[in-house]
Amino acid sequence: MSRQSVAKAHEKIQELAWDPLYHSPVSQYGTDYTFQKAKKKDPLKQVLRSYFPMQEEKDNRVYGASDGAIRGNMFRQVQPRWLEWQKLFLSIIPLPEISAARAMPLLFNTVPNPELHNGQAIQMIDEVRHSTIQQNLKRLYMNNYIDPAGFNSSLRNFQNDYCGTIGRQFAEGFITGDAITAASIYLTIVAETAFTNTLFVAMPAEAAANGDYLLPTVFHSVQSDESRHISNGYATLLMALSDEGNHQLLERDLRYAWWNNHRVVDAAIGTFIEYGTKDRRKDRESYAEMWRRWIYDDYYRSYLVPLEKYGLVIPHDLIEESWNQIWNEGYVHEVAQFFATGWLANYWRIDPMTDEDFEWFEHKYPGWYSKYGAWWENYARLSVANGHNPIALEDVDYVYPARCWTCMVPCLVREDMVMAEVDGQMRTYCHEACRWTDTVAFRPTYQGRETPNMGQLIGKREWETLYHGWNWADVVSDMGYVRDDGKTLVAQPHLDLDPKKMWTLDHLRRCPPLQSPNVLLNEMTPEQQAAFHADYVRQGPAGRPAPAA
Amino acid sequence: MTTTAERSAPHPAFTDAEAGAQEFPDSNARRYNYFTPAKRRQSHYEDVTVEVQPDPRHYLSQGWLYGFSDGRGGYPLEWTELKAWGSDRPVPERFPGSGGKGYDWPAHGWHEFRDPNEEWELTFYRYNSNVVRQINQNVETARETKAFEQWTPNWVTFVERNVGAWMHVEHGLGLYVFANAQRRAPTNMHNNAISVNSMHRIRFAQDLALYNLTLSEEIEGFDGTAHVATWNSDPAWQGVREVAEAMTTIDDWAEAVFVANVVFEPLVGELFRSHLVQQAAPGNGDFVTPTVVGAGEHDYAERDLRYTRAMFELLTDDREFADHNVAVLDRWLSEWTPRCITAARKLQPLWSQPDAKPPRFEDGLDRAKNRFAGILSDLRLQTPKELTQ
Ligand SMILES: [Fe+2]
Ligand SMILES: [Fe+2]
Repeated sequence: MSRQSVAKAHEKIQELAWDPLYHSPVSQYGTDYTFQKAKKKDPLKQVLRSYFPMQEEKDNRVYGASDGAIRGNMFRQVQPRWLEWQKLFLSIIPLPEISAARAMPLLFNTVPNPELHNGQAIQMIDEVRHSTIQQNLKRLYMNNYIDPAGFNSSLRNFQNDYCGTIGRQFAEGFITGDAITAASIYLTIVAETAFTNTLFVAMPAEAAANGDYLLPTVFHSVQSDESRHISNGYATLLMALSDEGNHQLLERDLRYAWWNNHRVVDAAIGTFIEYGTKDRRKDRESYAEMWRRWIYDDYYRSYLVPLEKYGLVIPHDLIEESWNQIWNEGYVHEVAQFFATGWLANYWRIDPMTDEDFEWFEHKYPGWYSKYGAWWENYARLSVANGHNPIALEDVDYVYPARCWTCMVPCLVREDMVMAEVDGQMRTYCHEACRWTDTVAFRPTYQGRETPNMGQLIGKREWETLYHGWNWADVVSDMGYVRDDGKTLVAQPHLDLDPKKMWTLDHLRRCPPLQSPNVLLNEMTPEQQAAFHADYVRQGPAGRPAPAA
Repeated sequence: MTTTAERSAPHPAFTDAEAGAQEFPDSNARRYNYFTPAKRRQSHYEDVTVEVQPDPRHYLSQGWLYGFSDGRGGYPLEWTELKAWGSDRPVPERFPGSGGKGYDWPAHGWHEFRDPNEEWELTFYRYNSNVVRQINQNVETARETKAFEQWTPNWVTFVERNVGAWMHVEHGLGLYVFANAQRRAPTNMHNNAISVNSMHRIRFAQDLALYNLTLSEEIEGFDGTAHVATWNSDPAWQGVREVAEAMTTIDDWAEAVFVANVVFEPLVGELFRSHLVQQAAPGNGDFVTPTVVGAGEHDYAERDLRYTRAMFELLTDDREFADHNVAVLDRWLSEWTPRCITAARKLQPLWSQPDAKPPRFEDGLDRAKNRFAGILSDLRLQTPKELTQ
């Protein structure tokens, strides 16, 4: 910036903020939080005159690297095991990004400090950047990677698949409901401040280890905008904390947002990093180790805990419980196993695990083999069609799980499953914390206090229910996950692209119909439901049926 | 918040995972296949934009998952009174055993809109970086060549007050009309275009503020705070302020965009910028202000109006709701045209302030009205009778 120092320029643009004299702006988003109007400092100190060239420069590096990757034939060295999971990840992530852009105006009216709005507008356009740069990366993969199937149908897939539904919480949670719950606590305080580390730092490292140096270039560039967004969130949080009346809501929202992010992000990113990699060097960090360092130490101990002195009630119990889920309950392993069980409803291919993988898992997660080893051996055995059905429909000691009504990940840590009858429907939840989210947090009163602005959980939240009673070939056709020969599936439980080894609609046609666990549950008598629950919580690990009583 | 040392990578292994290495079903299907492109070939812009924001009327089989307290989620079509074909069909019902399919893509006409500027992040940052570089350079050259010394004292006052006051219009509309509206339109194509529009205006507001800062450093006696008092209390500006604030009260996102870009901009924005500042500056020895103001003028005339036209043309030409849309737009026109004309007329005293006078106010206003009528006729809308007032 010529002559004018950034500080002076920044001070000058503060003169732009003005309060209306004649009309109040339309109020379209509500909150149950209260804010005192007070002069605030813009935490960002970002002037567009330097912001635009800075972003352009970052773009130049990203697009330079993209050209280089294609010229240098990067895809000759990329691990298909890794890139297949990018079909899922890159179908999900552009929507959360753009939703973060859309979330910004929720804060304009609810946080009455015009000094913060400039930073929120910059975050808005940053997020447009992230969403389109990620769509572009996916396009590059589609054009240059051996198997474009699943990339080419990406956004349709994301919108009609159960995995998309899980991922979409990480987007729709930003833009609806109580404006502060959504755009501040869920989006900035938890999703961005805590979980972008695993998304945008851990994922790229794993990509590089699998021969893909493009994803790191793009995602580090994305992450470099994140610290500004974290500052936005922090400024709003401190303002919220300064009003005692907000503390109860902050406690509620941190609990909900923390737990939901853990359920959703750890499920997805944990699976990509542990099961999507070919890097089995013993000195590479496991997802659990990364989580411990970045989320537990950096976020929880260093960011959240110091806020306790301002009256923030921190969900210590849920943070410890998330760690317990990851470390003791095998949460990530259970999720990966479920994704692989349900491969036939996916839009990417999942590579079987090998002895080398087993050895790494056993090294990083002692006891892994005795829980999951046999199932993955069955997965490999059943991966090429040979007169048998997909693994979900074969007897491999695995009980197809019920879905959690709240986070929409199935109830995989079986002993934690709880049920509740809500709005005339018997619902299953993966954990008490998810039941609380539905039955206590997302309600118009909270602990006796009116919360008229709190959002609602809506939608058809169990994917299986839409297809209850359907033949699997019709399910996959209905979703559109069929290749251009009209019969070969997009998804495969192996990486072999020899057409003779690939599964087709004909293989699915002869399978038994899809059954929705929730439909079946709601057809039961109360006694049968109680028995179902009693049996369910005795199942597992690794989805094993309950031992005979 | 986390920084981490580069992790060592394992030795590269050859995987032969590049395109074309093998033939198999879909091996050549290298095109996003979930939407129909507007032209024969799908554009890069479409690839990075279309369908990112989902819709339960076609693919979103489980519906929106989170709602407001009234149970409405996502991007309700009713957030504008305008309609695109197919809007009135109900959202497909999904229930046990229903399957997931909705209507065939696009399901309704809103998805047919494409930003003719084809803005996405690459184009957006390039364009705006060029603009700020250009402005910097112009102002810097002017400073080095002592160009500001040519200004008459009355012109200095004119710029500090009136050009200064305009920054507030840009800032207010950028944030509370456009940034606000980009949460509310039914497709990603609409909302991205609107967010780009928002940033043009916020940037232009900052361009004017930083230009004002330079002038207070360069011109003896230039009052860098005068713009605030002008905006707050100069009677000539209160009409503009009143209507700018009124635009922030509009609930309907399409109305907000329409009123700002189709009514306010030609009748007030261009009147002030093109027919006053740009015309008066050279006669008063000022060749710099027109380059700063010209950047904002260009944003509007060449880009923001362009997407706005495409957006509303589609609606006035809609195969099902053209008449409905024209009636709604006519109503908006008859409400907002007189308000904007009133604001424009209140600005009239500004025309007599510079020593070297610009063309007459009435001539400028006539040209603004002609321009406005031209935009309306492109949109197949009638000029409202209120224009003659
Ligand atoms: Fe982002
Ligand atoms: Fe859950």
